[in-house]
Amino acid sequence: MNATALQHPAAMPPAIDSEALALKLRRHVVRMCSLGGSAHVGSCLSAADIIAMLYGAVLRVDPADPAWPGRDRFILSKGHAGACVYAALAERGFFPVEMLDRHYRNGSPLSGHVSHKGVPGVDVSTGSLGHGLGIGAGMALQLGRAGGGQDVYVVLSDGECDEGSVWEAALFAAHHRLANLCAIVDHNKLQSLGPVAETIALEPFADKWRSFGWAVRRIDGHDHRALREAFATRAADRPTCIIADTVKGRGVSFMEGQVLWHYRVPRGAEYVAAMRELGIADAVDA
Amino acid sequence: MRDSFVRALTELAAEDPRVVLVNGDLGFGVLTDFIARRPHQYVNAGIAEQNMTAVACGMALAGARAYTYSIGNFPTLRCLEQIRNDVCYHRADVTIVAVGGGFSYGQLGMSHFAIEDLAVLRALPEMTVVAPSDPWQAYALTRQLHRRGGPAYLRLDKARAELPEAPVALGKARTVRDGGDAVVFATGGVLAEALAAADDLAASGIALRVVDVHTIKPFDADAVCSAARACGHVVTIEEHTVVGGLGAAVAEACLEGGVAVRGFRRIGLADCYPTVVGDQAYLRAHYRIDAAAVARAVRAMLRAS
Repeated sequence: MNATALQHPAAMPPAIDSEALALKLRRHVVRMCSLGGSAHVGSCLSAADIIAMLYGAVLRVDPADPAWPGRDRFILSKGHAGACVYAALAERGFFPVEMLDRHYRNGSPLSGHVSHKGVPGVDVSTGSLGHGLGIGAGMALQLGRAGGGQDVYVVLSDGECDEGSVWEAALFAAHHRLANLCAIVDHNKLQSLGPVAETIALEPFADKWRSFGWAVRRIDGHDHRALREAFATRAADRPTCIIADTVKGRGVSFMEGQVLWHYRVPRGAEYVAAMRELGIADAVDA
Repeated sequence: MRDSFVRALTELAAEDPRVVLVNGDLGFGVLTDFIARRPHQYVNAGIAEQNMTAVACGMALAGARAYTYSIGNFPTLRCLEQIRNDVCYHRADVTIVAVGGGFSYGQLGMSHFAIEDLAVLRALPEMTVVAPSDPWQAYALTRQLHRRGGPAYLRLDKARAELPEAPVALGKARTVRDGGDAVVFATGGVLAEALAAADDLAASGIALRVVDVHTIKPFDADAVCSAARACGHVVTIEEHTVVGGLGAAVAEACLEGGVAVRGFRRIGLADCYPTVVGDQAYLRAHYRIDAAAVARAVRAMLRAS
């Protein structure tokens, strides 16, 4: 824990129930994707537990002072799960929850891919895959040299690891032993047109990161105890990669493991059924 | 020009601890002194320009004032999306430095010719684009760019114009030779060809005004329109494709500024890829981006009007 963070009590992660937060995020993203008519609901649902754990119990950020220099940095490199991060920021108090209804709407700053313009709490805009880890490495290097004690977290998708720039950044971060950098791969096994394994195989995935010089944890990305422990036991002498095994569409049975729900908008009876599975019995078609 | 830039950056790094140079593994012997003096303000990103640019952006977003450095198209076109999405959209304080504008690496072949960079980079919002014409200007503009901050692109040529040292201001085109029969606008080291053309034409009693447009963006439309209006006949020269660069910027400024020129001619690389190699002077002559081409264009225009 760095000294600067202690001067900002509001920046301490609140003692919250990350599983309850994850459920809220899932309800938000299904509603947002339905209201806005947006794709990527499956990618948001697979990342919901990771994002909830980060915003609920890991990141030292201050909703009252989003630009506080002592904050940890978070980059959603898989920018297409932007809705999930917007929901987390709203729940954490960076902006009113009602603003989420404007996601994907005409004139809204809440774009389908996460953007920092007009959105308090977002440090880095993404959307084109393969950009986030390099930016995160630069931040980690600069913050580490300045000695303020901040950490940098980057969430990637598994399909994103097809991008060569991810591995350029992986080499760089290991060479500079950026222990304050943590990559989390939302490994939901599905990319745009089908299974990752049938598109561009990543296995042996953990070995790849390890051979690049990273400390690797492979966990169930929906298990909050495992997530909490992985974040708490990062390596002290090198960057850490958490490969989070997840299920695309997790939380809504008919979306789980279905590449269709990379694109499909939950509407009508599907929306009502999805919300019912997420504990909202009386949802009406948004 | 490269050495002038390095001298300016070395001074800036001493004055401003936020300065960091993110190198694309190039500059053998050139950066040795900087690295020895400023090891904590230096990173070699290796041969990985996408990551070099992303790292520089991340460092800038965390408080640094970053410079990326490489040759030809590597720090620009190779990593264009990192420049667009990461540096420009975030208004990150990153200055991209490319050594080897135009045909500077004339023997190395097409891969090493920076001939579309001005057009591509000036299309990016937030970007400042500068192409100095000689070493003292490269020094002065490096310091002025630092005051302004990134996103910026600094294009350094190997060839240079020979001009007496004089004040230069970022964003302000500079008249380096007076004249009223025609005007030539030039950017970068190829300004030397414009000056040589002015000498040649002067011998025939034709007064060619020469304007150094070292800053391509923000574009000094007022100065360009005023010179075009005064002279009527307009020529542009750039060691760059004629598509979208200096000539295009001058045409846009004149049309939107309501300047009805009597003649207009862009000199640069026609819309094609160079397929032969040679030194910079050879390639300028081969592709007719030289003093003779400027003089021919001016004479033809004056005859026609």
